[in-house]
Amino acid sequence: MSTLTLPTPLTTSPEPGHEERLLEVSMGPQHPSTHGVFRMNVVLDGERVVRLKPVFGYLHRNHEKIAENETYLGSMPYTDRLDYICSLTNNWGYALAVEQLAGITVPERAEYLRVITAELTRLLNHACLLGFLLQDMGASGTPLMYAFREREKILDLFEALTGARMMCNYMRFGGCRVDTPAGWLDQARKVVADFPKFLDEFEKLLVSNEILMERTQGVGVLSRELAIASAISGPMARASGLNYDIRKVDNYGIYSRFSFRVPLGSHGDVYDRYMIRFLEMRESLKILNEALRDIPAGPIIDPKSKPRGFRPKPGEHYGRIEAPKGELGFYLISDGSPNPYRYRVRPPSLINLTVLEDLCLGHNVADVVVILGSVDIVLGEVDR
Amino acid sequence: MIGNGILKGLTETARNFFGSYVSKDRLTTVQYPEQKIPQIEASRNFPFLVYDGADWDAGMRCVACQICEKECPPKCIFIEKSKDKKPDAVGKAQFYPARFDIDISVCMSCQICVEVCPFDAIKMDVEFDLPTDNRFSGLLLDRHKLAKSNDYYHQIHPTEASAVDAALAEERAKTAAKAAAAPPVAAAAAKPAAPATAATATSAAPQPAAASTPKPAEGDAK
Repeated sequence: MSTLTLPTPLTTSPEPGHEERLLEVSMGPQHPSTHGVFRMNVVLDGERVVRLKPVFGYLHRNHEKIAENETYLGSMPYTDRLDYICSLTNNWGYALAVEQLAGITVPERAEYLRVITAELTRLLNHACLLGFLLQDMGASGTPLMYAFREREKILDLFEALTGARMMCNYMRFGGCRVDTPAGWLDQARKVVADFPKFLDEFEKLLVSNEILMERTQGVGVLSRELAIASAISGPMARASGLNYDIRKVDNYGIYSRFSFRVPLGSHGDVYDRYMIRFLEMRESLKILNEALRDIPAGPIIDPKSKPRGFRPKPGEHYGRIEAPKGELGFYLISDGSPNPYRYRVRPPSLINLTVLEDLCLGHNVADVVVILGSVDIVLGEVDR
Repeated sequence: MIGNGILKGLTETARNFFGSYVSKDRLTTVQYPEQKIPQIEASRNFPFLVYDGADWDAGMRCVACQICEKECPPKCIFIEKSKDKKPDAVGKAQFYPARFDIDISVCMSCQICVEVCPFDAIKMDVEFDLPTDNRFSGLLLDRHKLAKSNDYYHQIHPTEASAVDAALAEERAKTAAKAAAAPPVAAAAAKPAAPATAATATSAAPQPAAASTPKPAEGDAK
């Protein structure tokens, strides 16, 4: 990322002395709108953005190298800390990659539990994102607090199931760590049944708000072509009309059993990215209703799976899932020892962030904040 | 009409505002230090060491096998094995930790130590009110600070603790049966004594049996 090519408007600067008029603003790393420790060096011509250079690495924790010296299981709690809003989908991505590498099968009930926890994670991630995005646009407090109220209900479910609100460390190779406590499924059904009420309320609150439409429609347009060329995934790609959902493409886990649709946007602007999250939450609710209805009894972990002494056969594998933010992949090379020889994460936040400059060019500096908010990044995952 | 959407949104906030006077479940804020939410049973925070009986030193279940030290992802556990042996929770002569330190400023509460422990000796605590003005020695817990009674464990995680107790009782019965069956001469000689003392007396002699048994108790699998 250090050698960003300059965008064309600047290299063909219209008049002499143009460069002197430019103002360089360093937004971040402690700026409240940058969703963590992220810095953008923005070059402005008046209010207009002519160049933008993202600077990150402030939260680098050497996760991938540390994983090479940990056992396979030892990396599981570290994956919680990648995208710390959605620890359960991170767990699943890693567990899936290792299971496919070692050829472990997962019992039925564990598959259902994985789908339930992953879709609950999607709900809370999207609810959080909408709150943060509206907060960035100046709707101080109210939408964020509404979203966090719902998020807290889901986090209570996670705590009752996994023991922790955010750092769940729940999935294991071949299943899940613990079974649901008594009454948990009913509790989850209640949360899922109440969730549409929040969605309706939230849609009424700001979806047709004229100020919001003014600020988001036509801003930060990501074309379908650019989305494909830059490997954008997740809601951001679907907002640009790219029909690509790994739950449908790979049918990993048991997603082929559920009937849900993939919402698509047509403009690829911030408003589409905002709306796509609402629609995805509604589809997630469909999956959750079916999963909570059909979940069978049975074991939750493959009986052959042991916490210690796990050594997959030599080989390599790339396992991926549809995380709330996009394609989350884990690439593993095993040399037959208890530690992976190579461990690499494909974080959706980082890849989706690569088009930030293209989205921001020509817009006002105030729009940069909104565009960044709509990309949906978590710095724990960008920097790893 | 322009402004329609704004008004629609404002009615929603107004509904929530006035609704908070009517329905209590709209008031989601908890005034923390005065008001506390009941702890969720599965919650976990930092590990502690379980001991049986009244004396924390004598009843400690840990046998210093050092598996948790090895498996801990951030390596926050430090164990020093004892030179001598003493009877453990199931009545076998075992080593014990001469030193057992957990640096909770490093611990990330992942619970892997609990999962890998074959002796159900280390469990997760729920205590979160741990501020200290000394970030070095104040957050480095030694084995005395870590030791907590089985009753306390029952108090914080009742379901889990009962399952662990049942598994340990089974193990204890098995050990007692084995001690009674394995050396028939010695057992016959020690007949008049109480079964518990017989187990401790005989277990010191048949060393190979004790050494070959630290198999995982499968207590965590439930």
